[in-house]
Amino acid sequence: MSIRGKAFIAGAYEHPLRNIPDRSTAQVHAEVALGAVADAGLTLDDVDAYFCAGDAPGFGALSMADYLGLKKLSYMDSTEMGGSSYVAHVGHAAAAIAAGKCSVALITLAGRPRNERFRGRMGGAPESDFENLYGINVVSMYALAARRHMHEFGTTSEQLAEIKVAASLHAQHNPDAFLPKAVTIEEVVESRLISDPLHLLDCCVITDGGGALVVVSPEVAKSLQRRTAKVLGHGEATKNPDNGRVDLTYTGARWSGPRAFEEAGVSHADIDYASIYDSFTITVLETIEDLGFCEKGEGGRFVSDGALVAPHGKLPFNTDGGGLCNNHPTNRGGITKVIEAVRQLRGEAQPAVQVPDAQIALVHGTGGSLATRMGSATLILGQEDS
Amino acid sequence: MSNLPTMPPTPSVETAEYWSATAEGRLLLKRCDACGTVIWYPRGICPDCHSTETSWFEASGQGEIYTWTLNRKGEGPWKEVAPYVIAYVQLDEGPRVMTNIVDADLESLTIGQRVTAVWDDTGQGNALLRFRPL
Repeated sequence: MSIRGKAFIAGAYEHPLRNIPDRSTAQVHAEVALGAVADAGLTLDDVDAYFCAGDAPGFGALSMADYLGLKKLSYMDSTEMGGSSYVAHVGHAAAAIAAGKCSVALITLAGRPRNERFRGRMGGAPESDFENLYGINVVSMYALAARRHMHEFGTTSEQLAEIKVAASLHAQHNPDAFLPKAVTIEEVVESRLISDPLHLLDCCVITDGGGALVVVSPEVAKSLQRRTAKVLGHGEATKNPDNGRVDLTYTGARWSGPRAFEEAGVSHADIDYASIYDSFTITVLETIEDLGFCEKGEGGRFVSDGALVAPHGKLPFNTDGGGLCNNHPTNRGGITKVIEAVRQLRGEAQPAVQVPDAQIALVHGTGGSLATRMGSATLILGQEDS
Repeated sequence: MSNLPTMPPTPSVETAEYWSATAEGRLLLKRCDACGTVIWYPRGICPDCHSTETSWFEASGQGEIYTWTLNRKGEGPWKEVAPYVIAYVQLDEGPRVMTNIVDADLESLTIGQRVTAVWDDTGQGNALLRFRPL
């Protein structure tokens, strides 16, 4: 069974704020939930499925279902794949809808890393004594990958900087972007090193905020006024150190991508717009290769000369400015990736970066760490009538 | 002993033997009795063939740098000692292991550089595996 055409994204809402000192994290979940159901022309009373991940306060889906007053849930999923979770949740919601388990699925993400320390729940992981005692942090785990990619393929800091530059050119048109200023390659490579070879401007922003999505059945989609995006395909994978055979030159997109393309029945040439997870510049570079937009090792050359710049580059990406410039709410960029793809397919991206008649969009999420274990999720979406 | 923070591990029944050996400066690895593969990190199931019959053996403690980063932004006690090197070292027995490189010119490490094990005492009856250039 395929989920192709069995579900539609009818609501998509990104919280407009990037610093939220005056609300609880649960309140921000509520605000984005209300925003997404309103966008779809629905209410929270219509929701019969709820999806959340590790950012949701409390006990899986149970605490937020209670807090939000979701009274008729017949399906819940708190799959935790870090920042890729919400991309995966769309696929899971489509599968549940296709199986007849529910018809209006709500997905929320929210958090406030600028204002409160995230209480992670990684205690007791069997690998922890063999990794966590070495002073590792998020950026170092991507720097290890960047160094190895440079070593094997000759990738340069200037090529990585092209990715940030493209994102910044898009962000300047987004009034909500955390970093709305266009930057140059020189500014990126001259920004201070955080963990060699990654510079400050190779890193995504740290923002409070959130987002939510509403995924509905074809019958519900037909009943709504609002233009929807059709779910065409979904793929998922995890990549890890593989019993000590660590290879940091590729990501789980190598497996999740083909699964999504096959289900959607589309090819790379059909992709008009791509939301590519951009926790760091190296994340984008490896993902583009692994999704098959260029050969392994050619990512540096692919992103040069404005390939990622909307609306006319070879592969217009992250037109909201992405995690690198716009928003990476609670250190998890998956939901904003889906939201911007929906904007593109609705023709509602900022006019300067709207891809003309964008028919097919790809969304890719990467959660966890490039140097240890990651979740990878790929979605392919189409216009409502595609 | 390096100047890096050396927090004690929390040995489990699965890893107690590994950690006991570290007190004597010995690096123990697991090998699968069924398929012969070297297992890392230590665990009671072979992630290759899924046999639960595994045995410890002593490794050489030698290897080479697979990749490394000079991390300039430590957190907690690591803030004081930054910058410091995080690396993957490929052991001569095969597995690539997360570690720190110490006693080195931190700016001039290279991928492929030979390194050897050094042990930092945790003060709790065991030691943490790090490496220095040969």
